[in-house]
Amino acid sequence: MDMKATSGKKLGLKEKYRHMTRGLDWEPSYQKKEDIYPYMAYEGIKIHDWDKWEDPFRLTMDSYWKYQAEKERKLYAIIDAYAQNNGHLNVTDARYLNAIKLFLTGISPLEYMAHRGFAHAGRAFPGAGPRVACLMQSLDEIRHAQTQIHALSNYNKHYNGFHDFSHMLQRVWYLSVPRSFFDDAVTAGPFEFMVAIGFSFEYVLTNLLFVPFVSGAAYNGDMGTMTFGFSAQSDEARHMTLGLEIIKFILEQDPDNVPIVQRWIDKWTWRGYRVLTLVGMMMDYMLPKRIMSWKEAWEVYFEQNGGALFKDLARYGIRPPKWLDQIAFDKDHISHQAWATFYQYGAASDFHTWSPTDDELDWLSKKYPDSFDKYYRPRLEHWREQAKQGKRFYNTTLPQLCQVCQIPMIFTEPGDPTKTCYREVDYLGEKFHFCSDGCKEIFENEPEKFKQAWLPVNQIYQGNCFPDGTDPTVEDFEPLAKVLEYYHVNFGRDNLDFEGSEDQKNFAAWRGMATTNE
Amino acid sequence: MAVAAVKDYRFDSADRLENFHGNQLLFVGWEDHLMFCAPFALALPPSMRFGELVDTTLPGAFGYHPDFARIDWSAVQWFKSGQPWQPDFGRSLADNGLRHKDVIRFRTPGLTGIDGSCS
Repeated sequence: MDMKATSGKKLGLKEKYRHMTRGLDWEPSYQKKEDIYPYMAYEGIKIHDWDKWEDPFRLTMDSYWKYQAEKERKLYAIIDAYAQNNGHLNVTDARYLNAIKLFLTGISPLEYMAHRGFAHAGRAFPGAGPRVACLMQSLDEIRHAQTQIHALSNYNKHYNGFHDFSHMLQRVWYLSVPRSFFDDAVTAGPFEFMVAIGFSFEYVLTNLLFVPFVSGAAYNGDMGTMTFGFSAQSDEARHMTLGLEIIKFILEQDPDNVPIVQRWIDKWTWRGYRVLTLVGMMMDYMLPKRIMSWKEAWEVYFEQNGGALFKDLARYGIRPPKWLDQIAFDKDHISHQAWATFYQYGAASDFHTWSPTDDELDWLSKKYPDSFDKYYRPRLEHWREQAKQGKRFYNTTLPQLCQVCQIPMIFTEPGDPTKTCYREVDYLGEKFHFCSDGCKEIFENEPEKFKQAWLPVNQIYQGNCFPDGTDPTVEDFEPLAKVLEYYHVNFGRDNLDFEGSEDQKNFAAWRGMATTNE
Repeated sequence: MAVAAVKDYRFDSADRLENFHGNQLLFVGWEDHLMFCAPFALALPPSMRFGELVDTTLPGAFGYHPDFARIDWSAVQWFKSGQPWQPDFGRSLADNGLRHKDVIRFRTPGLTGIDGSCS
């Protein structure tokens, strides 16, 4: 490339951008394109002209580093100050910490997986424009994973359950939900990955993930978490732009792409929505100071914002995702169903659960006038009463899981919250079970993929979830104790009820030391 | 299309019967009692008598519920894959036609959970 380095003039922004992105691309001369980009055809997506790609943000690598470094300097200064001033003692209540344990174990590892996914997709695309955009997002995602882990490591010095998130992600029963979601995405082809994560997750659903956690942190005095949330915000705006660009680009390239993209939008909206069940539960039960209910968040961030988006996409022949009727009905239910699940399997988790206070029950009644008092309050009050009598409910029999979302089969029939929703399919002589029509249809589209699902419950029964060298045939063998050992969950410290926990006692004692002269 | 893949793609199912060391999975749900958040997954020998499942396994799984002690087992309605079904308590799971990963549910007429909330 002949660039005159001696002119003495600085390149203009536009020129610089062109040179440092598309200008770095070249046409192969002695290798075939399909050998260099082997994943371009098998998903059925047809791209005729990669140059039609509109770069959603004009950022070059050098300015990327400069800009991000500045942001991170500020972020780490705040995180350090927060740590040095024992900021953790300013959170509303030690119960709050369990919300960020959920974030660290369930969400931060997904940032890392997103990093891998975008790096892979970027490598796979023959177009220089999307390749550069994917590269930047890939870097964003690994930075987010790092800043989150660093920010939350402060809590690991003081509280239980933060100690081994990456080990747990591969093993703990409920973490298979976010993990399998992302494993499904990164093992799909590059186009499906972009629709799954770039569009459905980052564009359609991201506000339902980050707003609740970041606002939840702000409302509950957690400046560390709040700061990494704000620091990531400008990146998220870029990610949303990329998500929208990729979908418009694919749809404009060939009409044959429309039904494929539609199927992916249906699949990934449903899968993402299922993962967000955890967020709904966090919002309605785990934040001592609530921000809004899950139902309200869904209405604002999906029904209103998402509604406008799909109106816009209608001109490409795209309709709103399937199963929205069921989702609209279920917004009154899923957070309660999820909390009941974690409450009863509280012996097998790495965070604490508890009975809501009277105030909290009343808040739930008010936010869910059509469902809470009728279906869920009796259950919670019964459990609270039992706990007072020393009979706190710990369910020790393993639940049936959905083959696709891997959530226990806790969801109810569309339109009837008193009936568990059962769906099943016979495939090559074996039965497979699902929590919903959505998960069932996803399986039917790709049974060869989903029949390999690593379902934690079934793996326990196969004997694959004990520490090495365990002999399950010995007398007095306690399978659940061995499973916790395999999870690296410390019994009596990380799990069980918040009431009486070490976290509760320590927080009260340390806050007492910080705020009184006792 | 059973999967989108760049080349031939065939693997065994992760939960095929032979992985369960002689047991088979049976899923059991109790209608109108959603205090148990999901149906249970049990790994049982196919030779187990159905009556033994009811007498020894189900109490451990569902016994926490105050309704459980009130169940009249002769009046219980059974379902297999959602269809009405009549088990023979004296015969084995296998002889009752229960195969690996079958799902059964039971309904206990008159018992509908805490304060009738189906909890």
